[in-house]
Amino acid sequence: MSKTLTAAVALSLVASAALAADPLLITGAGATFPAPLYTKWFSEYNKLKPGVQINYQSIGSGGGIKQITEKTVSFGATDAPMNEEELAKAPGVLHLPTVLGAVVVTYNEPSITSLKLSSDTLAGIFLGKISKWNDPAIAKDNPGVKLPDTNLTNVHRSDGSGTTGVFTDYLAKVSPEFKAAVGQGKAVKWPGGLGGKGNEGVTGLVKQTPGAIGYVELAYANQNKLPLVALKNADGHFVTPSTETTSAAAAKAELPPDYRISITNAPGKDAYPIAAFTYLLVYTDQTDEAKGKELISFLHWAFHEGQAFAQPLDYAPLPAAVVARLDKTLATITVQGKKLAAGK
Amino acid sequence: MTRLPSVPEPTITANVRLGDRVWSILLTAFGGAVLVVAGLIVIELTHVAQPLSGAVSLWKFLAGADWDPVNDSYGALPYIYGTLVTSAVAIALAGAVGVGIALFLTEMAPPQLRAIAMFPLELLAGIPSIVYGLWGLTVLVPILRADVEPWLQRNLGFLPLFKGAPIGLGYLAAGVLLAIMILPTIASITVEVMRTVPGTLREAALALGATRWEAVKLSVLPYARPGIVGALILGLGRALGETMAVTMVIGNSPTISASLFAPGYSLPSVIANEFAEASGQTHTAALAGLGLILFGVTMALNAIARLLVAWASRGPLRKS
Repeated sequence: MSKTLTAAVALSLVASAALAADPLLITGAGATFPAPLYTKWFSEYNKLKPGVQINYQSIGSGGGIKQITEKTVSFGATDAPMNEEELAKAPGVLHLPTVLGAVVVTYNEPSITSLKLSSDTLAGIFLGKISKWNDPAIAKDNPGVKLPDTNLTNVHRSDGSGTTGVFTDYLAKVSPEFKAAVGQGKAVKWPGGLGGKGNEGVTGLVKQTPGAIGYVELAYANQNKLPLVALKNADGHFVTPSTETTSAAAAKAELPPDYRISITNAPGKDAYPIAAFTYLLVYTDQTDEAKGKELISFLHWAFHEGQAFAQPLDYAPLPAAVVARLDKTLATITVQGKKLAAGK
Repeated sequence: MTRLPSVPEPTITANVRLGDRVWSILLTAFGGAVLVVAGLIVIELTHVAQPLSGAVSLWKFLAGADWDPVNDSYGALPYIYGTLVTSAVAIALAGAVGVGIALFLTEMAPPQLRAIAMFPLELLAGIPSIVYGLWGLTVLVPILRADVEPWLQRNLGFLPLFKGAPIGLGYLAAGVLLAIMILPTIASITVEVMRTVPGTLREAALALGATRWEAVKLSVLPYARPGIVGALILGLGRALGETMAVTMVIGNSPTISASLFAPGYSLPSVIANEFAEASGQTHTAALAGLGLILFGVTMALNAIARLLVAWASRGPLRKS
């Protein structure tokens, strides 16, 4: 495996050496969530292949979809998969999962050192039905923990975001009441609570407001050492969010051919319930020969060597089964209608 | 009349006339450009907002309180309400304090102090709004939550304005922050206006035996009134359109509440928050519609303000 890979990289190195004088510029745009990892990838890949320079603009998933639809970039990036309506406007776009992210629940109630929540309780909190920390529902999830009689304020994202998309996808899946009252979307109608812009906005509000509880991305929470809530997963276990438990959520997922799948509330003993893939969007047929070839070899690198960079940056790497599937998908990408040799 | 010929005849050459004409055309074009840009903004916003007409009726969009992108239901009322309430709080606070500062600096303080005091005041106007927002979130909001709001509740809690849990973020926080942001505009313009009040007016009042306050009330304020109203309008303009600082402290919750303690939302904030990731054409259209409403609100308030200036400038004439 790794031998063919080194051969592949060596081969493309030779190929790119010819172009070394004028670095090939590939541009992409989209999701902000994986941007730190992508930036790392592109700089590492550039060290490996100085002839290829990849530029990435983290303008948000919506912008990424728009730009790849208009073909102004070589690849797009999005957290939530494109819906049917969007796909119809961009025929031939492939979804390629790159890493996994998780949405975690964090809180500001110093008297509680560790907190567990079941899906019903979490839905109750974000529906605005639970407004005290010593609510019986929270007490039931945390036997033996002394809960204070203080106000509970829920905090959500005020800007449209993939994080909200994943979080509401989970809540709508586990709570029919949440599905009916709020629904799933990147921007939804929250019943009450406070809204903060971006992960930093939500974190700021949670830190500032005594008794607050909110949701942010795992990477952001880890880097800021926020207290994390263990959530009850589909198998009935309380799971603390981490890159390992996030990867575990994808391990048992039945992936459809186009990878557009929600893996929230995934089965598995260690599966963290609010996890999601983040995707790169590329066309099955690359119109630019040089860029297309380089993009494919970069994607191959990202799915294999690139995964090692994920964990240090608090992203969950793809399970091996998914990588094996992706190799087959990569082989189907054509350049100007022609297949590339040997599935690389 | 007989002395007129001694005045040297102005020598106007064809060249100068041409220059004048070009100059006047150029200036007319510059002036017209403002109208053209404003017109283009309205046309473009209307164009982007077009798909909304199929989804939501105009009345429901303007007067509905339900903003639900998931179910494509859009009502702008909570945002209009939030914009108006925060701006009203800001104008009330900044107007009172700003005019007070101006009175002190022009009527009571020694002239040297005026120059010294004006400098930091004008410096306040140059601080970027995001910095105001950060300061508001980390300094102002905790003070409001821990001290100001509980105090208001204890002493004025019977008013619906000060009911509910004091969480710090909300209309009050946004209003107070906006007041601080527009204070330099209001205070410095009011100072300039009050300096134009002829000294003889003051002296006349004092000579008639008026106290210092009576002199201000009878001569300075009536004379300066149109200018003060103008200063308030400029401040209001900034308060209505302020986005970042308001977003950070208003709580971003589209609810209509009589209490100033409650979290709210404003028109510019929701556009900034949701536009980048707006899902689908109708959502984008609804946000463009909010832009049109903001445009309309600003125009309407400006029109009202102009009427106010006209009314205010009649004041001193009527008295005399």
